[in-house]
Amino acid sequence: MLSYILRRILAAIPVMGVVALFVFLLLRITPGDPAAIIAGDMATPEQLERIRASLGLNQPITVQFFTWIGQLLSGDLGTSLISQTPVTTLIGQRLEPTLSLALVAITLSILIAVPAGVMAAWRHGGFIDNLVMSGSVLGFSIPVFVIGYMLIQLFAIDLGLFPVQGFRSIFSGIGPFAERIVLPAFTLSTIYIALIARMTRASMLDVLGEDYIRTARAKGLTERLVLFRHALRNAAVPILTVIGTGFAFMISGVVVTESVFNLPGLGRLTVDAILARDYPVIQGLILLTSFIYVAVNLLIDLSYAFLDPRIRY
Amino acid sequence: MAIHLKEETEAFSRWRMPALRFRRRLIVPVAAGLCLAALVVMAVFAPYLAPHDPLAMLPAQRLKPASEMFPLGTDAFGRDLLSRIIYGARVSLIVGIGAALISIAIGLPLGLLAGFFRILDGILMRIMDGIMAIPSVLLAIAIVTLSGVSIWTVMIAITIPEIPKLVRLARSVVLSAREEPYVEAAISVGSSMPKIMWRHLMPNTLAPLIVLGTYICASAILTEAILSFLGAGLGTETPSWGNVIAEGRVYFQINPGLIFWPGLFLSLCILSINLIGDAARDLLDPRLAKRSRL
Repeated sequence: MLSYILRRILAAIPVMGVVALFVFLLLRITPGDPAAIIAGDMATPEQLERIRASLGLNQPITVQFFTWIGQLLSGDLGTSLISQTPVTTLIGQRLEPTLSLALVAITLSILIAVPAGVMAAWRHGGFIDNLVMSGSVLGFSIPVFVIGYMLIQLFAIDLGLFPVQGFRSIFSGIGPFAERIVLPAFTLSTIYIALIARMTRASMLDVLGEDYIRTARAKGLTERLVLFRHALRNAAVPILTVIGTGFAFMISGVVVTESVFNLPGLGRLTVDAILARDYPVIQGLILLTSFIYVAVNLLIDLSYAFLDPRIRY
Repeated sequence: MAIHLKEETEAFSRWRMPALRFRRRLIVPVAAGLCLAALVVMAVFAPYLAPHDPLAMLPAQRLKPASEMFPLGTDAFGRDLLSRIIYGARVSLIVGIGAALISIAIGLPLGLLAGFFRILDGILMRIMDGIMAIPSVLLAIAIVTLSGVSIWTVMIAITIPEIPKLVRLARSVVLSAREEPYVEAAISVGSSMPKIMWRHLMPNTLAPLIVLGTYICASAILTEAILSFLGAGLGTETPSWGNVIAEGRVYFQINPGLIFWPGLFLSLCILSINLIGDAARDLLDPRLAKRSRL
């Protein structure tokens, strides 16, 4: 068990290393002069030089690499070209809305998708199954922002149930927080729901044909116990895997959703950085989100060991 | 005679049955195919189909509702929305098809090499794991920010995050195919490596490659729209569904059509490609149909 955990953690380190190397090389091997593109057409030579210096581009490449890695390991993601603030500070200021949105969306996705997938597999070929399958194709195909604006039009403008846009911290009261987070969270979760529901259905279909399910039914257990205790537990590993890999959709979805609903989170930070061509901020966000992605998938890998004793080899 | 009959029925079941099954499931993919064909025609013949110049600004006609002259109304600069949507199909389809082709051209050889040479495998797959860990939209944003905006940089920025999917697929096909007797036979008669890869291993990857290629096409169109929506895509002098939506955002409450019409075309396009991909998957590889796609 312990050796399994250690091995998984060790395996995650090279992945982060490759991410860091790739991000490092991205700035250095891009054809043309990135500093000139970042500075724009109107830049003076002094401005160009300043940008090169703050990106660390005017040193030998090996020196650049080791200073950069050193900074990363000490938690320094660089400094914004525009506000001259450390990127970590900028990210810290914007973390709360993003974290709230992502956590609510993930909870919502799992609460909707897993039962939907279980029901679809249980009544394979039936009405619910068709509904879930066609719904998931739609969920994959309609872009997040289109869904977002459709929900705003329907629930905020036509029905007037929710405020159109904006964010309130959960610390300022659960009511104002909840009424502003419902629509964005639902928008963000659509593709995730589609993904998880599909996988739950497929994995449950595999498991429901097993002998121990017949045994469980034969000894007179209720369908609910059979489905959720015996079948779902055994179907859980692929579902968890897809929750982990699908987390990538979540990250790009957050940027778009925040932009649609005007939430002051990391997504807004990204959009501001794009408009200002503030590369260090974009780079910091890439490193942070990749790290989170790797960490989430590592946690999921570790959870297999608790769910499935066969994996604890 | 009896044996003859049996052979006939076997031949019948072997050749006719898939065809019958195919026909029953044909409605959805055919509808999707027609829809996609219509979008392709729209993109190719945009100059003949668009009622107005998509760039012509008519200040007197700003934010007009749908009328006979402007079937879907006009945007904030008085440009015809329908014409912008018709021209927008060009960007989406070029980027989608381009991304699928480029990622196959790069990913397939890399995957074949990784599957065949053990030494390369470890290094190459670690690199691919790393690229897969980077969120594709953010990676594309970084590439566009660094190299400036053009249809090429956008296409390349969208393609790079898709390559690992292809490498993984080609590699896994090669790993299972290289143990087959015909590959061993080819090695033992002294076929050259490139010949083995091209003649014996590559054809195995074709069916899953076509399926993955369609999904990559759909995903690239989506990513392009997201980039444009966030302001990291092509400028509005090249209308694309994403940047038409991005421009419409401010005026959403005045005229929701500015978002819904391009959104509808975008969704229909991605939906039809995804449905064609699903149909191709079910047709070409029944085993893949069981697994969920990613």
